[in-house]
Amino acid sequence: MSEWWTYRPSDFVMFSARSYYRLFELYNAALWPAHAIAIALGVTLVATLAWASARHPMPAWPQRVGCVLLAAAWLWVGVGYHAQRFASINSAASGYAVAFALQGMLLLALALGSEGSDSRRRATHLGPDACTRWTGLGLLAYAVFLHPLVGSLFGRPIGQAEVAGLAPDPTAVATLGLLLLLPRAHASLRRGLPRVAWAVALAWCALSSLTLATLSAPEAWALPLLCMAAVMAAWWRARQSQGQPD
Amino acid sequence: MFCKQMWQHGVAGEHARALLALNRVGLDCATIRNSMAPTRRALLQRLPALAAQLLWTQAAGAQTVAVESALASKAIPSTGEPIPLVGLGTWITFNVGDDRVAQDAGAEVMRAFFAGGGRMVDSSPMYGSSQATIGHGLARVKPVALFSAEKVWTSSGRSDGRGPAQIEQSRKLWGVSRFDLLQIHNLLDWEVHLPTLLEMKATGRLRYVGITTSEGRRHREIEAMLRSQPIDFLQLTYNPLDREAEQRLLPLAAERRIAVIANRPFREGALLQALARHRLPAWAASELGCDGWAQLVLKFIVSHPAMTCAIPATSSVAHVRQNLGAARGPMPDAALRQKIAAHIAAL
Repeated sequence: MSEWWTYRPSDFVMFSARSYYRLFELYNAALWPAHAIAIALGVTLVATLAWASARHPMPAWPQRVGCVLLAAAWLWVGVGYHAQRFASINSAASGYAVAFALQGMLLLALALGSEGSDSRRRATHLGPDACTRWTGLGLLAYAVFLHPLVGSLFGRPIGQAEVAGLAPDPTAVATLGLLLLLPRAHASLRRGLPRVAWAVALAWCALSSLTLATLSAPEAWALPLLCMAAVMAAWWRARQSQGQPD
Repeated sequence: MFCKQMWQHGVAGEHARALLALNRVGLDCATIRNSMAPTRRALLQRLPALAAQLLWTQAAGAQTVAVESALASKAIPSTGEPIPLVGLGTWITFNVGDDRVAQDAGAEVMRAFFAGGGRMVDSSPMYGSSQATIGHGLARVKPVALFSAEKVWTSSGRSDGRGPAQIEQSRKLWGVSRFDLLQIHNLLDWEVHLPTLLEMKATGRLRYVGITTSEGRRHREIEAMLRSQPIDFLQLTYNPLDREAEQRLLPLAAERRIAVIANRPFREGALLQALARHRLPAWAASELGCDGWAQLVLKFIVSHPAMTCAIPATSSVAHVRQNLGAARGPMPDAALRQKIAAHIAAL
């Protein structure tokens, strides 16, 4: 790409806001009633993780289930949305499909390695781990309950709703929430996997919010705020655990 | 096809206008062909009379059809073929994927465009599903006077013969027998593509060869190509705020007798959005007959002596009609062009 410094985000967004939202409308119409299943699974996951994260020590199986569900979501969104739908108006979407599929496999690997929280750093409602816990649960709840309604707040039809597990943005936000609830791994390899998962989810949110801002979508600010909350909670968790014996 | 062949064989002047008039009032090529005498000469002789008869009948009240005055045209320097001052771009607006409703809406935009006297439709393999939307529209509208402008676009340094395959894929998506104009998109791999396009032109599989750039990029390289290569068309960004081309490229294009197409006339809509907050100056309506900012901007662009046409993109039938209106009525002279640019720059 010659004279790359002259390019702006708008040079890479090759579709209109109308086409973008119509894509969700047609996608939703084709998938219905899968939304009911996706939302039911999301509600169950949020409730289970809320229950589990309040227990000492935190049981591992809800985290494993969460990783598996979100792995399936990333894999599906990669194939069903990016490759089969978004690619029809965005030539970069085939690349997104690959990234989403890799993230899905990464979350599966995390599911196999997920362990219960160390009792020395378990969540409490008073300490800093409570901050992490509530932020994680809050992000998950937003993704499942609120994100599908955001479009309606700005006057778009509910048929264009973006549902966690089926659409990329709420799936990425839910993943950030889950990653906050996972225990910090100690082995270097297992510490690397969540970091990659964090990076992929944050990168997607950044890319999507940039796209929405270019399309002048009023909700473009939401993803950066959610990402900021997730990163601050992760930073807080890391800061609190510094100096603690392993 | 019959009518398009007539255009391609140089049917011009009164006969061409008659064909356009027939098409505008709703007659397709087959109807025109079936109503004609069997020989080409007889057909050409009868066209103006038939068009006049039809228009008269409709004007008399048999059927109300708004027939607007013809669009102003400029000649393509390399051949003298007239081309209307306003064409139709398809970046973003026609990239609607598999959405049949949006494809049909695109077809209606094309119908209004051709009915209003438009000819040039411009696209690129880079524009996602725009080519398929054009193909859908052409199959529906079956325009008489299409001037198809496409591009070849491959990654720099990785063409490896992909150009011809891409052009053929584009041709199939449009559903045309051949393109009128093929342009090398953003000069990518032009050393590979230019011989291909020139060979296609030499063998009658293409009528014109062009190159494109946008937003002021690679102007030095463009300048070198205009001086050294046998190019018919140059496409670049030009509007009242993006006027760098006035310095060197537009004078050079005029000197080298190269047609110029203005892309991004409205800065992808951002310019019109910004202008919409301001009142259109009274002189724009009184002196130029403009009904809004879009027409004023387009009249500024196409009235540059070196500019051949502009290709605004839209997904709105009302807007395509408004855009075509810029090719009617008085055009600004040099002094008025300066006034337009200064006024818009000051807002």
